[in-house]
Amino acid sequence: MKALVAVKRVVDYNVKVRAKADGSDVDLNNVKMAINPFCEIAVEEAVRLKEAGTVSEIVAVSVGASGCQEQIRTALALGADRGIHVDVEGRVEPLSVAKLLKAVVEQESPDLVIMGKQSIDGDNNQTGQMLGALTGMGQGTFASEVKVGEGSVEVVREVDGGLQTISLTLPAIVTTDLRLNEPRYASLPNIMKAKKKPLETFTPEQLSVELKNHVTQSSVAPPPERAAGIKVEDVAQLVDKLKNEAKVIS
Amino acid sequence: MKTLVIAEHDNASLKGATLNAVAAAQALGGDIDVLIAGADCGGAAGAAAQIPGVGKVICADNAAYEHQLAENISLLVAEIGADYDNLLAASTANGKNFMPRVAALLDVGQISDILSVESADTFTRPIYAGNVIATVQSTDAKKVITVRTTAFDAVPAEGGAATIENCDAVLEAGVSKFIREEVAVSDRPELTAASVVISGGRGMQNGDNFSLLEGIADKLNAAIGASRAAVDAGFVPNDYQVGQTGKIVAPDLYIAVGISGAIQHLAGMKDSKVIVAINKDEDAPIFQVADYGLVADLFEALPALEAAI
Repeated sequence: MKALVAVKRVVDYNVKVRAKADGSDVDLNNVKMAINPFCEIAVEEAVRLKEAGTVSEIVAVSVGASGCQEQIRTALALGADRGIHVDVEGRVEPLSVAKLLKAVVEQESPDLVIMGKQSIDGDNNQTGQMLGALTGMGQGTFASEVKVGEGSVEVVREVDGGLQTISLTLPAIVTTDLRLNEPRYASLPNIMKAKKKPLETFTPEQLSVELKNHVTQSSVAPPPERAAGIKVEDVAQLVDKLKNEAKVIS
Repeated sequence: MKTLVIAEHDNASLKGATLNAVAAAQALGGDIDVLIAGADCGGAAGAAAQIPGVGKVICADNAAYEHQLAENISLLVAEIGADYDNLLAASTANGKNFMPRVAALLDVGQISDILSVESADTFTRPIYAGNVIATVQSTDAKKVITVRTTAFDAVPAEGGAATIENCDAVLEAGVSKFIREEVAVSDRPELTAASVVISGGRGMQNGDNFSLLEGIADKLNAAIGASRAAVDAGFVPNDYQVGQTGKIVAPDLYIAVGISGAIQHLAGMKDSKVIVAINKDEDAPIFQVADYGLVADLFEALPALEAAI
């Protein structure tokens, strides 16, 4: 069976992103870019399924400007077989990404689509679910365990208060949570090999997808600052402050 | 303007998050109806009818909706939502699961996790783990919105008398099946609803040491949480996790023990009213957001704290 894995190029998770002083947008000059951590988990899961003999081919797809080919190469180095780059400049909304991915799904007919539950830039947590609605596929979001069976997949989902297990008819969509697996590091030989793996580029026009903006970002601002606190000497002083100053315990 | 709030419930009763979502609906103004989709969910519908300011409760009671499968719920919400200007749900694991599907079915964008309503089409929401707050404007006629519950004070649960209307629509996508659920049973308050939260991090060293937090949690009627590092290390289950991709909490008192304060953790708790940090590393970033910082060995500080309160 074939797995399609979506990956996104985002600011590295160690970077503390700030709003520009004029509030027009976030300041992304010279910041380190990386594969979205949840997407990396998605790639790892597909590779493990391939190693287990369940998946025979892994296609990595990314939507974005030319820079995201770097993240497709990362996915190829981790074990994906070939890449698809959908070339779009600027901010692409989740619904637009979902429409482009739907076109790729129609072209590739994967049995399983694996993607991150959210990207750590926009924090939207929408694309997988939207792709599900557009394709009519079932979705196993926030997955912490994936078991592929005959014509179906069982997904353990992380929900408020515990775990939920559901079964989905294939083809289906899985979105990854942090505990699904621990991604490997790409080895140098594999990074070299990835450079030779096929990577095709498509424009939205070639995929017959018309993009439309639904949400505009008018400004950005830093979150409200917390006033500087104090260091207390010992537990006795802490309890005194909590009782008499903050009045949060009695 | 008409707003439909899709309720969070367990069929028998209404979850508190619904009251925060209704508060966001009130900020939008206009008429508010509530949808209860479930099975044997009369109890939840009855509770929703008590919320002041709610005009009508639509109760879709069918086995297809029992476990909130997103494939089925989204079809129902998209159909009922045809009559509304705004569709709102709390940004819980459940709301996050089905709402984007609704938006895509209606061919509109979704505004995730709103913090405030600036006008009928303009909202604020956190991006980059809450390091930046974006003001966003929807250009869609129909708005699909999820609400960060900690940003809206809950409306009262009682005092209203809405009518309950039954909805017979059975929409089943037929592509997903519920198998089972393992829900942690605890006598403590729910993490997202507790007024006091005490969380442990990697500094706790192992899962057994979380018992040091329990005595304090008992005395303060607190919920117990954890950083991602503690969850990843296997000290405690995942549903303890507070942070960007875990639970977002904003209690009156948050006590962070042995937590360094990675931005991903701060994203989940920095709106707490009072923050206490106990850490032996005086340079830990958690102290930058703490109102009261105690530089101490937690294995000495915790028993002392338990004895002192």
